Amino acid sequence: MRFVDEFRDAEKARMLSARIAGLCEPGRRYTFMEVCGGHTHTIYKHGLEDYLPETVSLVHGPGCPVCVIPMGRLDDAIALAEQPDVIMTTFGDMMRVPGGRGSFYDANAGGADIRMVYSPLDSLRIARANPDKRVVFMAIGFETTAPSTAMTVLRAAAEGLDNFAIFCNHVTIIPAIKAILDSPDLRLDGFIGPGHVSTVIGCRPYEFIARDHGKPLVCAGFEPLDILQSVYMLMLQLHEGRAEVENQYARVVPWDGNPKALKVIAETMELRPYFEWRGLGFISQSALQVREKYARFDAERLYAVPGVRVADPKACQCGEVLKGVLRPWECKVFGTACTPETPIGTCMVSSEGACAAYYNFGRFTRERVKEATRS
Amino acid sequence: MCLGIPGEIVEIMTDRDDFAMVSVAGVKRAVNIGLLDDEELAPGDWILIHVGFALSKIDEEEATHAIKMLEGMGQAYTDELIAMANSDLGAER
Repeated sequence: MRFVDEFRDAEKARMLSARIAGLCEPGRRYTFMEVCGGHTHTIYKHGLEDYLPETVSLVHGPGCPVCVIPMGRLDDAIALAEQPDVIMTTFGDMMRVPGGRGSFYDANAGGADIRMVYSPLDSLRIARANPDKRVVFMAIGFETTAPSTAMTVLRAAAEGLDNFAIFCNHVTIIPAIKAILDSPDLRLDGFIGPGHVSTVIGCRPYEFIARDHGKPLVCAGFEPLDILQSVYMLMLQLHEGRAEVENQYARVVPWDGNPKALKVIAETMELRPYFEWRGLGFISQSALQVREKYARFDAERLYAVPGVRVADPKACQCGEVLKGVLRPWECKVFGTACTPETPIGTCMVSSEGACAAYYNFGRFTRERVKEATRS
Repeated sequence: MCLGIPGEIVEIMTDRDDFAMVSVAGVKRAVNIGLLDDEELAPGDWILIHVGFALSKIDEEEATHAIKMLEGMGQAYTDELIAMANSDLGAER
């Protein structure tokens, strides 16, 4: 394991590992889901499953915002970018995501003006410099990035910068967790709660998971020991017959989140009646759209967006991977037709996607061995 | 996009609303601090930055740990720093 402080942390990891093993009841299997791309990354980079008993599994849920964008939505974005007066801006993560008609890179090659930005605020600078164009920011992400988009819209409004707009694809984590809990495909024993998303929304919104579904959730930090500590906290709850929301990452995540961030989201955006998620299908009230008050910054109101639903390629099983039903390497095209260089599905594109994380860190070899010896 | 990058506040900018000059991986950058209205921020404080916005205040120990972990991530962290370097929020009005 490649820990930062190699010796000290490895000792602590072994200690936690022993404690977790001590809580395992004979004959019982435990499955915990994390819903944060950063956690996926840490788990595979550091080989954390090696530190867990064979009966404890970690599965990855729909925690990577790039991965859950459906192909039709990407095609819509490209249709917007192809408008003659539009400059589209996007986070770099989106550039290689394959849509039904290719990626942003392909669209750029075909003449669309799509520019990578670090921050949504960069779009305002581009808008000021190009008064004869409209700059459309491809807004994506969970509650971690939604406040930044909201602040940018508010700034544009304050400045009267009317040649700026957003194509809003912000999604919210709670309805996705609900959909997973309601799905009959998977039996979960608890959740590792997301880190940065919880910085914004706090811990309270997760309480229904404990209260209504009887499952524990522990908000976790991103270091290897944070994850192991959180698994230990989940195991301890199960052992003691408790189902509660706990905060392992209290050094960063306030119980009530960031009130200002929630306020600016609520000021500029509202829930959509429904939104399509790759793999999970349409989930009601699971995404955000621009409020009427800020309609002049809403690309969906300013342009005719095709809004055509595009099915994933037949070979692609991202949907099953995003639901935690399939392990990345169980996908038929994993590592063969679908690699980070030539991705078929979104999970292989983002470095935080479950498939890319497995692929890059070689965990799949070990997983195959483990599964093979199990059956 | 999803990475939280720690930075140390060098100066609260008085000529621009909601901005601070922040040292990130040894380079000074303008960062929007408007989402931390409720916090008392001063030079020497550490913040966690997402896409140009400070999302939370953290202590120095947490910042040190987070930086070490990000450095261990390799390409994803490098890409984020490059993207940040190409951005110029200092020119933001």
